[in-house]
Amino acid sequence: MALVEPTGAGERRSDFITVSGRPLGRCYGPVIGRDQEYVRELGDPGEYPYTRGIHPTMYRGRLWTMRQFAGFGTAEDSNARYRFLLGEGQTGLSVAFDFPTLLGYDSDHPRSEGEVGKLGVAVDTLADMEILFEGIPLDRVSTSMTINAPAAILWAMYIAVAEKQGVSRDRITGTIQNDILKEYMAQKTFVFPPRPSLRLVVDTFAFGAEEVPRWNTISISGYHIREAGATAAQELAFTLANGREYVLAGIARGLDVDEFAPRLSFFFNSHVDFLEEIAKFRAARRIWAREMRERFGATNPRSWMLRFHTQTAGCSLTAQQPENNIVRTTLQALAAVLGGTQSLHTNSMDEALALPSEDAVRLALRTQQVIALESGVANTVDPLGGSYCLETLTRQLEQEAQDYFDRVDRLGGVVPAIELGFFQREIADAAYRYQRRVEAEELAVVGVNCHAGGPPPAVNLLRVNPATEHRQVDRLQAVRRHRDDRAVERALRGVRAAARGSDNLMYPLLEAVRAYATLGEMMGVLREEFGEYREEAIF
Amino acid sequence: MDRIIRVMVAKPGLDSHDRGAKVVARAYRDAGMEVVYTGLHQTPEQIAEAAVQEDVDVLAVSILSGAHAVLVPRIISRLRERGGDDILVLAGGVIPEADVPALLEAGVTRVFGPGSRLDLIVDFTRELAGSRI
Repeated sequence: MALVEPTGAGERRSDFITVSGRPLGRCYGPVIGRDQEYVRELGDPGEYPYTRGIHPTMYRGRLWTMRQFAGFGTAEDSNARYRFLLGEGQTGLSVAFDFPTLLGYDSDHPRSEGEVGKLGVAVDTLADMEILFEGIPLDRVSTSMTINAPAAILWAMYIAVAEKQGVSRDRITGTIQNDILKEYMAQKTFVFPPRPSLRLVVDTFAFGAEEVPRWNTISISGYHIREAGATAAQELAFTLANGREYVLAGIARGLDVDEFAPRLSFFFNSHVDFLEEIAKFRAARRIWAREMRERFGATNPRSWMLRFHTQTAGCSLTAQQPENNIVRTTLQALAAVLGGTQSLHTNSMDEALALPSEDAVRLALRTQQVIALESGVANTVDPLGGSYCLETLTRQLEQEAQDYFDRVDRLGGVVPAIELGFFQREIADAAYRYQRRVEAEELAVVGVNCHAGGPPPAVNLLRVNPATEHRQVDRLQAVRRHRDDRAVERALRGVRAAARGSDNLMYPLLEAVRAYATLGEMMGVLREEFGEYREEAIF
Repeated sequence: MDRIIRVMVAKPGLDSHDRGAKVVARAYRDAGMEVVYTGLHQTPEQIAEAAVQEDVDVLAVSILSGAHAVLVPRIISRLRERGGDDILVLAGGVIPEADVPALLEAGVTRVFGPGSRLDLIVDFTRELAGSRI
């Protein structure tokens, strides 16, 4: 097979040699030259439409970022976990917040009882964020935060912490999930109705383009859509439909598409079906490149490139025979790597039962390290490109996504389709079909509907300290006692004024964060101004 | 003729994981039961009130947020305050084995963990409710 190029500059090593001593080229392509179809459908890595990857050297240049999603208990508990993970060779942070934080309630709100620190870390004020990142140099570590309705506020807190560490906002790197549209479809941690939510998202785009140029202002996420039961094609289509909607919203604000589009990033699930998942990642890149160039007229190649994070499929994990989850996760992680992901979270074997223990998360990280450093798949770019099967699946997924785009367009766009319950119904139907197929044994789940039995699992589970809620509420109340209440009130008035008008909310939110206004206070003002969303439950 | 079994599927607290609740609700419906699904983010008071108002035979509570130890016993005590003592309460979701005895003690009839078969849940519910009707 013809080499694209034997070796090149900017690679991790001067040569890449297999375990048996054979040199591997950077990338392999068609034997008989590159015809028009190859150029149109695939392109070499680093070339439009990026089916084979967004960089010419991919993992020969730099490995993907190993980023384990973590957070539980108080900021101290989670800070200790982050330091542990960095010590074990993790290369980026990813913060999980608890439900009260995700929904914008303080830890002492009546609705927070029993939920504080359970599924993620509790953050009420800047004081918690200071502890969360204590001893972690924010100029050298990138941080991803899974936060949506209150994304602007948590981002403001992060910026404030970095500045306290002496790191200016133009030097920090990371991602806020900030993808509110998929909340209405799947993840369901919405607070405000779609339209004011979109305004808040575009405020972050504009602020990021102006002030925080290295930050990904959104992570447009299929992960949760898939976890809610969608098929691969639905995950792909709904995610990219949301991406198109954000681009339209930015353009409608008067932003130049090439000003904000390079900072849009994506997040996909890697499910059990190995080949279909790889095809999905490749199709995503091709569709996005074409949409950005052809439909939105972006001229900066960085606007065309779909960069994405991947998480292995939490919903594929089983409580029965939990060690099997290690194997599932390995295959899913391999699919993500062969699909060209930029960063990766591997689930821990115990996650069908609880948040991961330290031992389990170390093993999950080791899984990535074995793929990266031993398996050899990171030593040549897009090794599966040109496979008849894979290229066919890639084309099929692209076509199915296009069909969904047309259906969404006929409904008037993403927001009207959400309001009609279109996505929610599609996902609920797919989830039910999946479960029925599992129970009819049309789909195998090893250890559950076949090869079941054996001794019950002996797994040491993480237990969140029951004193967490009490400790967190104590700290919150101490912050409230010691801050300057007049400064807080003044800052909250600024937030309200911006919410009523059209000024960018990021500036007054930063003021409020620095005055130690609580998350619940800031979200309370926005709830009053924007209203709250109530969904029609569809099953 | 048998009376139709009435089931409420409920999502208490701030938990947003609704895949399982919706799949179970649909399985109940397909099995010929009358199903009310509360939707997300319901307080124990709202759930108890709705269950009594709807006069359900069974209340199936789905929770994956780790807040079960607080929220499930509270739902049961609110049910009792409203005269809903006869409503059977089932729980499902990510509930560690170690927490199950306390929930049974609080009045839950059975806890269905991850990987539970739909037909098992449906048959159990039918048998249990049928014996009461």
